[in-house]
Amino acid sequence: MTETTVNAGIAHGLYREGEPVADSKAPAGPIAGKWRQRQFEASLVNPANRRKLDVIIVGTGLAGGSAAATLGEAGYNVKVFCFQDSPRRAHSIAAQGGINAAKNYKEDGDSVFRLFYDTVKGGDYRSRETNVYRLAEVSANIIDQCVAQGVPFAREYGGLLDNRSFGGVQVSRTFYARGQTGQQLLIGAYQALERQVAAGTVEQFTRHEMLEVVVVDGRARGIIVRDLVTGEIETHLADAVVLGSGGYGNVFFLSTNAMGSNVTATWRAHRKGAYMANPCYTQIHPTCIPVSGEHQSKLTLMSESLRNDGRIWVPKNREDCDKDPRDIAEEDRDYYLERIYPSFGNLVPRDIASRQAKNVCDEGRGVGPMVGDFRRGVYLDFADAIQRLGRDAVESKYGNLFDMYARITGENPYETPMRIYPAVHYVMGGLWVDYDLQSTIPGLFVIGEANFSDHGANRLGASALMQGLADGYFVLPNTIRDYLAKGPFDKLTQEHPQVVEARTSVEQRTKRLLEIRGERSVDSFHRELGNIMWEYCGMERSEEGLLKAIDLIRGLREEFWRNVRVLGSGDTLNQSLEKAGRVADFLELGELMCIDALHRRESCGGHFRAESQTEDGEALRHDDEFLYVAAWEFGGGDALGEMQQPVLHKEDLVYEAIELKQRSYK
Amino acid sequence: MNLTLKIWRQAGPRHTGELMTYKVSDISPDMSFLEMLDVLNEQLNAKGEEPIAFDSDCREGICGMCGLMISGEAHGPEKTTTCQLHMRSFRDGEVITIEPWRANAFPVIKDLVVDRGAFDRIIQAGGYVSVNTGAAPDAHATPVPKPAADRAFMAAECIGCGACVAACPNASAMLFMGAKVTHLSELPQGQPERMARVVSMVDQHDEEGFGGCTNVGACSQACPKGIPQDVISTLNKDLRAALRG
Repeated sequence: MTETTVNAGIAHGLYREGEPVADSKAPAGPIAGKWRQRQFEASLVNPANRRKLDVIIVGTGLAGGSAAATLGEAGYNVKVFCFQDSPRRAHSIAAQGGINAAKNYKEDGDSVFRLFYDTVKGGDYRSRETNVYRLAEVSANIIDQCVAQGVPFAREYGGLLDNRSFGGVQVSRTFYARGQTGQQLLIGAYQALERQVAAGTVEQFTRHEMLEVVVVDGRARGIIVRDLVTGEIETHLADAVVLGSGGYGNVFFLSTNAMGSNVTATWRAHRKGAYMANPCYTQIHPTCIPVSGEHQSKLTLMSESLRNDGRIWVPKNREDCDKDPRDIAEEDRDYYLERIYPSFGNLVPRDIASRQAKNVCDEGRGVGPMVGDFRRGVYLDFADAIQRLGRDAVESKYGNLFDMYARITGENPYETPMRIYPAVHYVMGGLWVDYDLQSTIPGLFVIGEANFSDHGANRLGASALMQGLADGYFVLPNTIRDYLAKGPFDKLTQEHPQVVEARTSVEQRTKRLLEIRGERSVDSFHRELGNIMWEYCGMERSEEGLLKAIDLIRGLREEFWRNVRVLGSGDTLNQSLEKAGRVADFLELGELMCIDALHRRESCGGHFRAESQTEDGEALRHDDEFLYVAAWEFGGGDALGEMQQPVLHKEDLVYEAIELKQRSYK
Repeated sequence: MNLTLKIWRQAGPRHTGELMTYKVSDISPDMSFLEMLDVLNEQLNAKGEEPIAFDSDCREGICGMCGLMISGEAHGPEKTTTCQLHMRSFRDGEVITIEPWRANAFPVIKDLVVDRGAFDRIIQAGGYVSVNTGAAPDAHATPVPKPAADRAFMAAECIGCGACVAACPNASAMLFMGAKVTHLSELPQGQPERMARVVSMVDQHDEEGFGGCTNVGACSQACPKGIPQDVISTLNKDLRAALRG
């Protein structure tokens, strides 16, 4: 709105603005022909030359695993790294719902263009049109590939694949394998990868964590890793580096991410010159099992489909919050979604459901155990559904989810209402990439959740799996060859000054973390950071809150580097040391996320900005001012978490194939 | 709840280990088993003692990274993964013994952490369909009868945690391997390599030092995903057919 507040970040000296940035790789011409044209224009690498080209891939989830397998099949010399004990553990495995593809097997009007349109609209018009169109285009190939690998998708009695409608779209384009779609797709990619390991085209490094990227003469030429078992710091050099290291939702401490999910690979690349795009774009899922106490280590998501039959409510009166819900009379219950949004009711989009749950809990009407000063939970009640459909029908639809809930909470959801609360589970932000998925560091490519490209300000259900596999199987292998065709680059030795500098910085940082021997555990810093992020950079943000958060994070980071306690040594398996490095990077990322959120003075996607709402309190987007990707350049900093002002580079979003519209749900 | 924990501590692969006794108090029954260990580790850290190393990642029962022998049972008293086990399954005052998976093919790395790389090598030996990216026909080109698809899915639910090996008196990995063989043998896509696959995987299994199967059935009882023992029959049937030529 007013100039002074739009530029609050600048006004407070928190960042400065640099030159705009633009994608230079998408060919001109109609959107439907761009990908075919780019594949044709991208240089080829002679099959005989491929084994002379070394490619490093970090991460073995859907994106990294599929890319490693595909580049191995093509004959490149691939090294792949993961911090887990096997590539099959990557957190893609936990995705439940399904994967979208524009197959139109149901003949219900689906098409590449419709999937493209739904994804851009779902992203609240903050994603790059060209990338999303390509994603929709290759989606059908993914299903073919996975079926050929033996991925056991759900089938109908005729033996053909089943589809369902997912995430509020009106066509049935989601392929699934019960509630374990991510697991089955990942095992498919893992098996393809292990086949290449056996063939000798891919060398696999498990329990290895990337701690630095090696940049020589402006190109990414390798990585520094720590062997988590022996503690040895190793240098691996290559002609190109690919990061498929996932998202950074664990900056919130509590999220549905795996314990080890972290930002280190991408943050280290950011510090070496890769721009970080839209870091404040976080997806918060409304139907998770609430926190049960201070000991909580992670949150568990339950499928959103529960909202089809469950009714969400809280007590009208605070005094009733600790009562047995079955003893609260109908007239004393507030079915707040049905009340505020009579036409959509309990099926409002994810972001609305999440934010309203937070609002009622902030008013002191939450239910469940006290965590800190508040009860953080709302009821999701199936009593009506059980009465209407019968217990058997409810059980056949939701039985596995009810069992999961009962196992975690010890409560029987057939007898007493479930309690739910929103939780962080995906980040749309990530390293900035061009149409070729190359970052601002030549030779450094970023795929899957680690990049920012396809989901804008909000991700549609069943599209994360699609993007990971699109990037890894079909996009990256076609675009990276244009870069590799310029190689092989000059052979580097481990004694090259810029290689030594990278390795030394890692050794010194490891040593420093072990020498502090302060008073506070790594987890206590992580938990405090998470609380700050959730409070001020979560579902609802305000200028005042974000400025406060930035101060708090700076103070916490300063304390971390003088008061963290990491016991044990660096030359053995040391899980506290691993966590310490990750939390140190989260402490830097958290500040950038707050700066990004502060500068984006609009409500878009799931990000509600208190200063940007309609008269009736709904989200208000500002296309006139914020129709761009915010790509942040690292402004400089030291090894102890001191950071200079980051530099904002704007990439204007141009919509040629789709018309911009405001969402509405009332 | 107050508990006494006897936990295996071992500094490294070549060190000898021993059971050490720890006390934890004020444990909430709503904590997961691993959160209880998190609490113990925070206490140890505060006292200046190195925390206990144990593996976990997703903590929602699907990645297969966690796995402990809890009072002699793989993943403890419930049919689930260690991360999905909650303290309400234990009694106040209980003494709980916590050990790593015990098998020659899973050497201990540190404390409760073992090396399960042998599982990756068994998959490398043939646990896949050889189809390069881009070479796939349309997904509907080959219908798969629903019963076969469902049985393939059931077998493919294996999370590779290793509980089957830990529970087996012979430390055999036949349930793990049988699950993969069954998954691929049930599907038309798995047929071309069916015979070569089973021979190659069994060879690798034996080379890794896993024991033979004597039909005890402890594997299937311990499996958090309920993979039935008959996947081993499928494997044996395929193996017989392959060896007869």
